[in-house]
Amino acid sequence: MELTGAEITIRCLQEEGVEYIFGYPGGAVLFIYDELFKQDKVKHILVRHEQAAVHAADGYARSTDKVGVALVTSGPGVTNAVTGIATAYLDSIPLVVISGQVPTSFIGEDAFQEVDAVGITRPCVKHNFLVKDPKDIASTLKKAFYLAKSGRPGPVLVDIPKDVSNQKAEFSYPATVNIRSYNPQVQGDIGQIKRAAQMLLEAKRPMVYAGGGVILSDASKQLTELVRLLGAPCTNTLMGLGGYPASDKQFVGMLGMHGTYEANFGMQNCDVLLAVGARFDDRVIGNVAHFNSVPRKIIHIDIDPASISKRVKVDVSIVGDVAHVLSDMLAVLNSSKQKPDANAQKNWWKQIDEWRGANSLSYKNSSEIIKPQYVIETLHKITHGDAFVVSDVGQHQMWAAQYYKFNQPRRWINSGGLGTMGFGLPAAMGVQLAHPGATVACVTGEGSIQMNIQELSTCKQYNVPIKIVALNNRYLGMVRQWQEFFHGNRYSHSYMDALPDFVKLAEAYGHVGILVEKPSDVEGALKEAFARKNDLVFLDFRTDSTENVYPMVPGGKGLSEVILAEDL
Amino acid sequence: MRHIISLLMENEAGALSRVAGLFSARGYNIESLTVAPTEDPTMSRMTIVTSGSDDVIEQINKQLNKLVDVVTVMDLTDGDHIERELMLVKVLATGESREELKRIADIFRGRIIDVSDKTYTIELTGAGSKLDSFLQAIDRGLILETVRTGASGIGRGDRILKL
Repeated sequence: MELTGAEITIRCLQEEGVEYIFGYPGGAVLFIYDELFKQDKVKHILVRHEQAAVHAADGYARSTDKVGVALVTSGPGVTNAVTGIATAYLDSIPLVVISGQVPTSFIGEDAFQEVDAVGITRPCVKHNFLVKDPKDIASTLKKAFYLAKSGRPGPVLVDIPKDVSNQKAEFSYPATVNIRSYNPQVQGDIGQIKRAAQMLLEAKRPMVYAGGGVILSDASKQLTELVRLLGAPCTNTLMGLGGYPASDKQFVGMLGMHGTYEANFGMQNCDVLLAVGARFDDRVIGNVAHFNSVPRKIIHIDIDPASISKRVKVDVSIVGDVAHVLSDMLAVLNSSKQKPDANAQKNWWKQIDEWRGANSLSYKNSSEIIKPQYVIETLHKITHGDAFVVSDVGQHQMWAAQYYKFNQPRRWINSGGLGTMGFGLPAAMGVQLAHPGATVACVTGEGSIQMNIQELSTCKQYNVPIKIVALNNRYLGMVRQWQEFFHGNRYSHSYMDALPDFVKLAEAYGHVGILVEKPSDVEGALKEAFARKNDLVFLDFRTDSTENVYPMVPGGKGLSEVILAEDL
Repeated sequence: MRHIISLLMENEAGALSRVAGLFSARGYNIESLTVAPTEDPTMSRMTIVTSGSDDVIEQINKQLNKLVDVVTVMDLTDGDHIERELMLVKVLATGESREELKRIADIFRGRIIDVSDKTYTIELTGAGSKLDSFLQAIDRGLILETVRTGASGIGRGDRILKL
């Protein structure tokens, strides 16, 4: 049967089992919106800005193992979506973004709301398509979903001109997809896995460094088993938190610029480093030359060959899906007669416990002024460490990462690679829609929240009862911190004057707002907010405006050149 | 070091811009880039001449392979290969230099493919260095116009780049 391009588009989404699509209508997608109207399988969430549509789809994808889907119109619809697409690209999140385009005969004429969507998104997508014929829509969308989810995941954009969505073509959704130029390697090379296993067995000071790849590959079970079998300390990157249970005694916390003392010193001093689904980025290992200045063997597991030996040369590289590789490695280790060197490890743990003794996450609480760390610790306590914590970007993000101890994967949702302020609220919306009934907290600051505050309206429309935990310090805190450290306390444009009354603002959108100014009120306010199961509650915590994030490895420094709170 | 990378890619709109965009986004050098469809019209073959340290070249190869439109990549400089470039040179050919230019063209096994009363257009094929030598061998003042295709390369013997 012949269907219009728009009908085909919606049928494809149905075939893919898409539950939610986040979008905003406009001229070039009117036919697609018309078809959305005629069905109720795919539920559309009308956001208030296209950036939020993509972040919401992204939050949905991160908290599930599904592909997030967004729909935007041509021109400004696409350009607004770009920040969301780049955010997903940097963190390897599977998304399919469908954009409208001006009719094919208008392309290149600077038509109304025309922008070269494929060109403008090219550097920040895994792949993109311009569909010029309605008969190609089904096969293109099939490819888009496959590309987004397989291999190293990422966002895929499908640009559909308005006339193509209105023309008819025969519809059949392909059962399988074959792209001759795209064959991601899933299984790791068994020879390399054996070499790596042997290296780990012989290690005196082994260390496991696991990143977002563990989450994306749903490999936290295998990782946990492997770390326990090796008896090694394990650190997670910002993207990997929850990949290994934070409450486990072998967990040494997050590493990197704001990582714990024991994680960073462990990285620097280990003799065999197993990197799992992580990419040695600048915020994680700091100065490459400093990192390389001490000898250690490195094993790197990653699905993307281009991630291997990009910044740091490795000794054993294993290209493959993390879950598959770890399962194979476990099988090799379990069948080996050799066991890890218990004596050597005893000394190694003694050393690690000494570093732990620095207590690098300690902070001085106050009965006068609310410490941001205390808010996060209390949040952890009253949500039993079981909430989905969606963060914006800045100091609050680091405090959430440091003080909310994640024991499960996909519970910590944040923009790590691109560092997109404004990510939190829309992403939290996507998370809550994916997990109705679950506890979802959006940890944010007064700077970040204002970058997509309009989504409070979307939350009202669809009854999304997230809890917004705003650490309001009246400063762009991370900027202020860097200005304090590196720019002679000249707080150039990092102070936020004329802030809105967030309580009234929340109320204006039809939500509940609570102002919290005293440390003694923190726990009560959080309890009250989370008890309101069906309401979005905006908690405006007035926190200490001078607080800094510690430990800190300044940009360009090495992992052991760390500043602790007590140093200052 | 100079490297010649050959690749097969889907002959699709935008495929070239993905490669060019990759080089500019990641700060890699391009000395020359040539592309044309192959005997299989669904596929194009591209030759890129680039330079960089071993680490950079390794990343270039990996990043090219990562592009969804790229079917296969080969660094020709990893083994024996042949490199050819085509150049067309229009020269001022009057008086004494008319005969001289013909002689030099013959020495370089060039062919004069267009003649007017004042000019010759010479076609020359070879490695880039041979084309450079030709340009140095003739009086610079006589050169009216040059156009070069950039290098194309192919492996020697049974070194074959095919799907």
